[in-house]
Amino acid sequence: MLTAPAPRDYSLTGPENQRAGARGLADAEWYTCMIPRSRLKELMQRRDGPAIRDTLLWFALLIITGTIGCLTWGTWWTILPFMAYGVLYGSCSDSRWHESLHRTAFKTVWMNDALYELASFMVLRESVPWRWSHTRHHTDTIIVGRDPEIAVPRPPDFLGLALSLFSLKSGPREFRRMALHVFGRLTPGEATYIPETERPKVYRNARIYLAIYLAVIATAVATRSFLPLMLVGFPSFYGAWLLLVFGLTQHAGLAEDVLDHRLNCRTVYMNPVLRYLYWEMNYHVEHHMFPLVPYHALGHLHQELKADMPVPYDGLWAAYREIIPTLLRQAKDPAYHVQRRLPASARALGSNPQPAT
Amino acid sequence: MADTWIDTVNAADIAREDVLRFDLGERTFALYRTTDDRYYATDGLCTHAKVHLAGGFVLDQVIECPKHNGRFNFTTGQAMGAPVCVNLKTYPTKVEAGRLWVNIAPAA
Repeated sequence: MLTAPAPRDYSLTGPENQRAGARGLADAEWYTCMIPRSRLKELMQRRDGPAIRDTLLWFALLIITGTIGCLTWGTWWTILPFMAYGVLYGSCSDSRWHESLHRTAFKTVWMNDALYELASFMVLRESVPWRWSHTRHHTDTIIVGRDPEIAVPRPPDFLGLALSLFSLKSGPREFRRMALHVFGRLTPGEATYIPETERPKVYRNARIYLAIYLAVIATAVATRSFLPLMLVGFPSFYGAWLLLVFGLTQHAGLAEDVLDHRLNCRTVYMNPVLRYLYWEMNYHVEHHMFPLVPYHALGHLHQELKADMPVPYDGLWAAYREIIPTLLRQAKDPAYHVQRRLPASARALGSNPQPAT
Repeated sequence: MADTWIDTVNAADIAREDVLRFDLGERTFALYRTTDDRYYATDGLCTHAKVHLAGGFVLDQVIECPKHNGRFNFTTGQAMGAPVCVNLKTYPTKVEAGRLWVNIAPAA
């Protein structure tokens, strides 16, 4: 009688961690497409202008929608501005968090760090643990037992995904971790990637986050209104749905345990509005392959690399036409995954040449 | 005492405000040229995840690792914050007859 294979252990402290190391998948060399060094250098150039413009516009939209939400509070009309405010707060903060984490959004370092701290709070990700988590994600992208940011382990947890539309899976987990950090402790997984020297910062920031949340709750109690929480705190939940819609396109349903970002990341074409909301993270293969390239240059990088890339997805719908059936099939067959078709120009892994000048 | 100055590359082969990889046996180095034609040398691998820094980005006196965006001041080797916590080793350099020489012995 055939029996279904046991689900893999996605924890960072289980047997898959050792297995990844033994298979040469940890801290490995990854495939990179050829691009002349001089062109890559042009694309890596940092600028303050685009991110200042885009961040000021983001703040303006938050202030406008939040103000209209406050003015219409107590009427049904308040739903519309708060829907917009929530997405700007709870979903757009994800891409701002991401780009400033890499310190590529701005040329000026403190601007990246300031935006990172703000966006971390808004997207409900503690800034220090998540910096290290994301560092590991880039080292070992979708390597089981190594990558702490695999969004859809197999078989997929559909209830969990549904809850994630409003951060009802990750949100409580983040608050549990925050509580642990407030008391000066880490989870066993976090202890594998957060250095000792960084841990005091984890505990300090968790206490700051807690103080802010307590202040907002106290304001809500004092004013006998949910309005303060609708502006700070709740949007990380009710506005998170677009984060999931965007985020699942990055890796869901693609290969695990491969050393080629073209096989485990998606590049999805999007219109200018969505690209603004997502800060060009739709060029996800390009971002993983060359994370020094700022968001505003990823479209140009895509043009340089696309001959050596799988065909991009022509929109969110095209991506989900692949993702949804794949996840449904993985519920019964966890080994199944999308196999991206590589162009004939692809070189063998481990044959990365020195880039031409 | 053995001569530890190593002839590496033509100084002009390194573009201004850029970095070049130089391998010597098992060792690997990163060679830098600033916008005002000063030359520096450090160990070639990032102290965080052993990635070749020569694929990274040079801005002023800072090299940014191509994998995780860790940043070092390549003139001093100083690690400039997470995710890099350990300084880079630096090596003295000199340019003679258009060649860049690196003293690989007294790593700082």
